[in-house]
Amino acid sequence: MKEYPVLGKKDTRSGFGEGLLELGKSNPNVVALCADLTGSLKMNAFQDEFPDRFFQVGIAEANMMGLAAGMTIGGKIPFTGTFANFSTGRVYDQIRQSIAYSGKNVKICASHAGLTLGEDGATHQILEDVGMMKMLPHMTVINPCDFNQTKAATIAIADHEGPVYLRFGRPKVPIFIPEDQEFIIGKALMLNEGTDVTIIATGHLVWEALEAGKALAEKGISAEIINIHTIKPLDEDAIVRSAKKTGAVVVAEEHQVLGGLGGSVAQALSTHAPTPTEFVAVNDSFGESGTPAQLMEKYGLNAESIIAKAEKVISRKAIA
Amino acid sequence: MPDAGIQNFQRSFKHLPITRKRRSTFVSDISRVMSNTPELQSIASQVRRDIVRMVHGASSGHPGGSLGCTDFLVTLYFDTMNTKAPEFHMDGNGEDLFFLSNGHISPVWYSTLARKGFFPVAELATFRKIDTRLQGHPATEEGLPGIRVASGSLGQGLSVALGAAQTKKLNGDDSLVFTLHGDGELQEGQIWEAAMYAAHHKIDNIISTVDYNKQQIDGSTDEVMTLGDLRAKWEAFGWTVLEMDGHNIDAIKSTLAEAKGMTGQGKPIIILMTTDMGKGVDFMEGTHKWHGVAPNDEQLASALTQLEETLGDY
Repeated sequence: MKEYPVLGKKDTRSGFGEGLLELGKSNPNVVALCADLTGSLKMNAFQDEFPDRFFQVGIAEANMMGLAAGMTIGGKIPFTGTFANFSTGRVYDQIRQSIAYSGKNVKICASHAGLTLGEDGATHQILEDVGMMKMLPHMTVINPCDFNQTKAATIAIADHEGPVYLRFGRPKVPIFIPEDQEFIIGKALMLNEGTDVTIIATGHLVWEALEAGKALAEKGISAEIINIHTIKPLDEDAIVRSAKKTGAVVVAEEHQVLGGLGGSVAQALSTHAPTPTEFVAVNDSFGESGTPAQLMEKYGLNAESIIAKAEKVISRKAIA
Repeated sequence: MPDAGIQNFQRSFKHLPITRKRRSTFVSDISRVMSNTPELQSIASQVRRDIVRMVHGASSGHPGGSLGCTDFLVTLYFDTMNTKAPEFHMDGNGEDLFFLSNGHISPVWYSTLARKGFFPVAELATFRKIDTRLQGHPATEEGLPGIRVASGSLGQGLSVALGAAQTKKLNGDDSLVFTLHGDGELQEGQIWEAAMYAAHHKIDNIISTVDYNKQQIDGSTDEVMTLGDLRAKWEAFGWTVLEMDGHNIDAIKSTLAEAKGMTGQGKPIIILMTTDMGKGVDFMEGTHKWHGVAPNDEQLASALTQLEETLGDY
């Protein structure tokens, strides 16, 4: 099992904030909009350094999405910032018509995604956002896993022509992706090669997958661990290649089981390489208040669940 | 951006020899020279013919609001706006932009764009038909020149236009942004989010217009959802409000010129334009019943007898 030393602990939203600041310096066309959550989104540094390119929208997310679409006309690259819930469900039709269908070069940057938002509870813990966004034609969907990957992704999407949904979170989590790791949109990242089971993880569950991989190795199970940061377009080749090698797949994500990465992986596998697959995700329910760690445990989004699902899917492979 | 005074000045000296400096703007100068009121009326008559023929040909579409906004759109494109027509650039740098927020009146926009030369007039025959660039509601997906954002789901166009207006300011581009909205559309909450934003950010390079025909699908706006005092509402949101008769081309020209003269003063501008739904076809006038209904063969024939063919049917 390949070692991933912990380089520190930071929130992924801070990776976004640093990436945005760097873009401000390197790309004069980058502009930022925020709906009264500048501190939460870590957009203050950009706002302070580039006040003329920062637009406070107030608590009016629908307007923000339309503004961003319009700002692309004339060559700007708008980055919108608010919570994931208000970046998607609240403004789905605005994104659909003014951004996706109109092919606008808008980067929808969404923080506090998933259960790890914690104590605020289910009104804010969106678990359906990936599903909504991946269904939109033209939309690229990215869910990075740590500070370094989020920063790299933020910088990378500025050079990608077209709408992007970038999803990140609130809690401080281990940093384990090297700072100089190149971020290639749509390309799976092989974290550990293995032979018995493939663990495909995105976002905060990637670290849990690595922890699971270590525990499985101690049990004599060789896990191949793949980080899918780009949920759409999906790196089907990497997934199918690995599934053919191991014959068993676990998909782990901080999202509702319906409509997330798991569904995309299952669709790819059923088309190209039918393989027993298990899912670590929220089972068709809303979240609730609690600490992030309590919630991830209660809803089964941790290394223990990944280990259990890996053992289960390996047993299914034996029957097949 | 030339104001109305400069345009009139240019017009009055149109007989002067074209200097090298002016040659590059010769085409747009000619179009301005052509833009006297009788000629705009003549274009409007043809656009109205196009509208009823397109909607009849597709057996679907929205003739009522289209006919009501014909005089406005023709004046805007053939007199007021400085565009690079027939060239179309999505980025719209250095030219005035128009956003149709009430996208269902696509027939009047498509006809105006075609008559302005953005795409072949013959293409109007494909309206709403399979493989067309003239989708039921305006779209960019098929690449129809003249359209910069999809519209149809109401209430979104003002936000988009304000974004485009702010990019113009960032780019040091002093051309203007124009929009059109339905009055029923003002029932959408996003409109008022955008209205608040425009005043707060002092977006003063936008001239919006409301098609104030007081009709919507289910009946009059008073029956469906009272709009109240629109002037007071927009003024309370920090906008400069003008009013005009949407069927008097001289009034449209002078009000738009007045609005242009008020840009750059720290406030967004909106014009409440009184119109009759279905204007120009007697049996469609003043009723919401022709909001989204196509005429049959006899109704088309009757409508066409009321609308002079001035530029040749497509």
